[in-house]
Amino acid sequence: MKKLSARRRHPLAAVVVLLLALAATGGLYTAFAPASKAKADDSAQSLTIEEGKKLYEVGCASCHGTGGQGTTDGPSLVGVGAAAVDFQVGTGRMPAQQPGAQIPRKKVIYSQAEIDQLAAYIASLGAGPNVPTKNQYSPEGADIAKGGELFRTNCAQCHNFTGKGGALTHGKFAPDLEGVAPKHIYEAMQTGPQNMPSFPDTTLSSKNKKDIIAYLNAVNSDETQNPGGLELGGLGPVSEGLFAWIFGLGALIAVAVWVAARTAKAKKS
Amino acid sequence: MSTTASNTTRSRGKEPAGEKVADWVDGRLGIYSLAKANMRKIFPDHWSFMLGEVCLYSFLIIILTGVYLTLFFHPSMNEVVYHGSYVPLQGQLMSEAFNSTLHISFEVRGGLLIRQIHHWAALIFLAGMFVHMMRVFFTGAFRKPREINWMFGFLLFVLGMFTGFTGYSLPDDLLSGTGVRFMEGAILSVPIIGTYISYFLFGGEFPGHDFVARFYSIHILLLPGIMLGLVVGHLILVFYHKHTQFAGPGKTNNNVVGMPLLPVYMAKAGGFFFLVFGAITAVAAIAQINPIWAIGPYRPDQVSTGAQPDWYMGFSEGLIRTMPGWEINFAGHTLVLGVFIPLMIFPLVLVAIAVYPFLEAWVTGDRREHHILDRPRNVPTRTAFGAAWIAWYFVLLVGGGNDLWATHFHLSINAITWFVRIGFFVVPVLTFVVTKRICLGLQRRDKDKVLHGRESGIIKRLPHGEFIEVHEPLSQEQLYTLTAHHQYEPVEIGPTVDENGVERKVGGTQKLRAKLSSAYYGEDGQISKPTVEEYKEITSGHGHH
Repeated sequence: MKKLSARRRHPLAAVVVLLLALAATGGLYTAFAPASKAKADDSAQSLTIEEGKKLYEVGCASCHGTGGQGTTDGPSLVGVGAAAVDFQVGTGRMPAQQPGAQIPRKKVIYSQAEIDQLAAYIASLGAGPNVPTKNQYSPEGADIAKGGELFRTNCAQCHNFTGKGGALTHGKFAPDLEGVAPKHIYEAMQTGPQNMPSFPDTTLSSKNKKDIIAYLNAVNSDETQNPGGLELGGLGPVSEGLFAWIFGLGALIAVAVWVAARTAKAKKS
Repeated sequence: MSTTASNTTRSRGKEPAGEKVADWVDGRLGIYSLAKANMRKIFPDHWSFMLGEVCLYSFLIIILTGVYLTLFFHPSMNEVVYHGSYVPLQGQLMSEAFNSTLHISFEVRGGLLIRQIHHWAALIFLAGMFVHMMRVFFTGAFRKPREINWMFGFLLFVLGMFTGFTGYSLPDDLLSGTGVRFMEGAILSVPIIGTYISYFLFGGEFPGHDFVARFYSIHILLLPGIMLGLVVGHLILVFYHKHTQFAGPGKTNNNVVGMPLLPVYMAKAGGFFFLVFGAITAVAAIAQINPIWAIGPYRPDQVSTGAQPDWYMGFSEGLIRTMPGWEINFAGHTLVLGVFIPLMIFPLVLVAIAVYPFLEAWVTGDRREHHILDRPRNVPTRTAFGAAWIAWYFVLLVGGGNDLWATHFHLSINAITWFVRIGFFVVPVLTFVVTKRICLGLQRRDKDKVLHGRESGIIKRLPHGEFIEVHEPLSQEQLYTLTAHHQYEPVEIGPTVDENGVERKVGGTQKLRAKLSSAYYGEDGQISKPTVEEYKEITSGHGHH
């Protein structure tokens, strides 16, 4: 012990202690960290990313650049997150058929597994919102009335009272929300695709998003009940006026023609 | 035998109860002479003469259903929390007006159907008046002595617009609230007095707590009261003037050919009322209108896209949507021309069609009574003017629905707006020119038919090889109908210098009138109808052509 205490002031003592400390921390980490599990996860993740990268290079790179950095034809995808990919590809908007005022919804061409791979690859480029889980977007147990109020305050300006859609400038439009999966509605709010502003959780909490989804489910889906009869597109007075002219007045004029054609015959007396 | 016997006993005994009642009433109201004068009134038969009836009946239906709605509606803007049966609005704050409309829709027996009949009937009433007015316009039924009745009808249309507007604003829903806000904006744009009028109307800042109650008394009392009076006046004048009729053999300016009011028209009109009621009820039962539960309660901080007024106010929406947002700032005051100019054009659009009859009367200088209707083609300038007005109106309607045109036809809303801006000036002119050409073409065709007969479609080959189409001469009745119309001569100013070389002063208005008159009735304004001489020459000469 005397030897050790005699050398504790040696110029290299600090270095030795540091090395020992590092070795100990590293050793402890390797001993306690869930090594095997982390390793397996890591490899699957990297495998998914690899697959996603391949898909990306075939389907997306021509517009978004080989590393997702964006080109003049498409925006950068660094930091858009998995949610954006899941929305854009999952609703068929991406890959786009042609550039235009707005990329419309169309047939989905990737399987959900492929979409997940693409999402994993894009998410690996930079941190962004994740794909929401089912209990985040499922409308069960949400406050429909609150959702309606939120929808009218935040969404109706573009999407109409019940999400039937509307026009924006220069050929752009806010689409009809009927038949859009709750997950995609959630992701759209989260990421703000195309011309839509984004409503991150700091603006519109996860619960509020759920309320909005529940409201749309109640007023603009297959289950929506229209107590008054045909909904006429739910577009308000324009379609109502058209209906009144064509089927209302049209029917009455047809009746008038019919009545006028049936004239009484003069009796000979 | 037994009937004869009972008849004789009856005539000797007491008179029938009906007769007694009728005698009693006649002694007090003089119904016998009234009935004698009016029961055999003759009405001509044509489907287009029943358009007015469509309006009358839909007006009655609106009153009937409206009375039912007043039993349950609360015209109050007090805030309440919703606890009714419509789940997506549970617990929401809303005005009592909105709450009671939801109550009518979901809880009152038959409430939703009555509400929908009321609203659909209103749209159809206005559409009916529009078409009725155009029928009167294009056939020239507005000419002397019916100018006042034309004005009555026009006023009914305008009042109908505002009754509709105040009516659909009552539920205080997000859509109508936006419409009221639009109106408030238009009022505010009036220089100097705008702010004061707005404060007066809304009892302070918009929306305040008053407008629903105020609109309510305007909607159920003031405007319908005036309208009812005008409708009665309108009908009295129709009786007094007697109905117009289309030209035809046996029909003159001094008779009316048709069926008597009693029993034929009473039965027809009575039956037609129920047909109209039935058709409107069917529409109301099939199609939803103004689903306020889906629209939500009004809150000034909320607005939706696709916020349009009912169709009859659509042209004002078009004016405001397509007007560039011009503004002038002067000495600390802002003049919002982008809103104020549309507000000024709004009445102009309506007045343009209303004053036309007076313009035409001035141009023709005709002071005779007219009870025979014109065929639109025989008055090309009037027909072209009417068509141009409709086109103008339609262009503005397109502007009012520019967003729906954009989404449904995959167009740019900006392109549509520019189309409307240019079309506002160009489309009426084009329509005028085209319609006039079509009318003149049709007049030429009529002339051809009179002189050469109807094309039979039978082709004949003559011995020398020529092919001809056989023309069938028209019947005497058809010839009369096609040539019965009167053709005016253009007004001449005459020589401005008399034989002594003294110049005569000709006023500007007189010159204008002569100019208009020659445009109406000059060589380019009408095709002179075939004369008897022309007809004789052709028919007696070498047969058919």
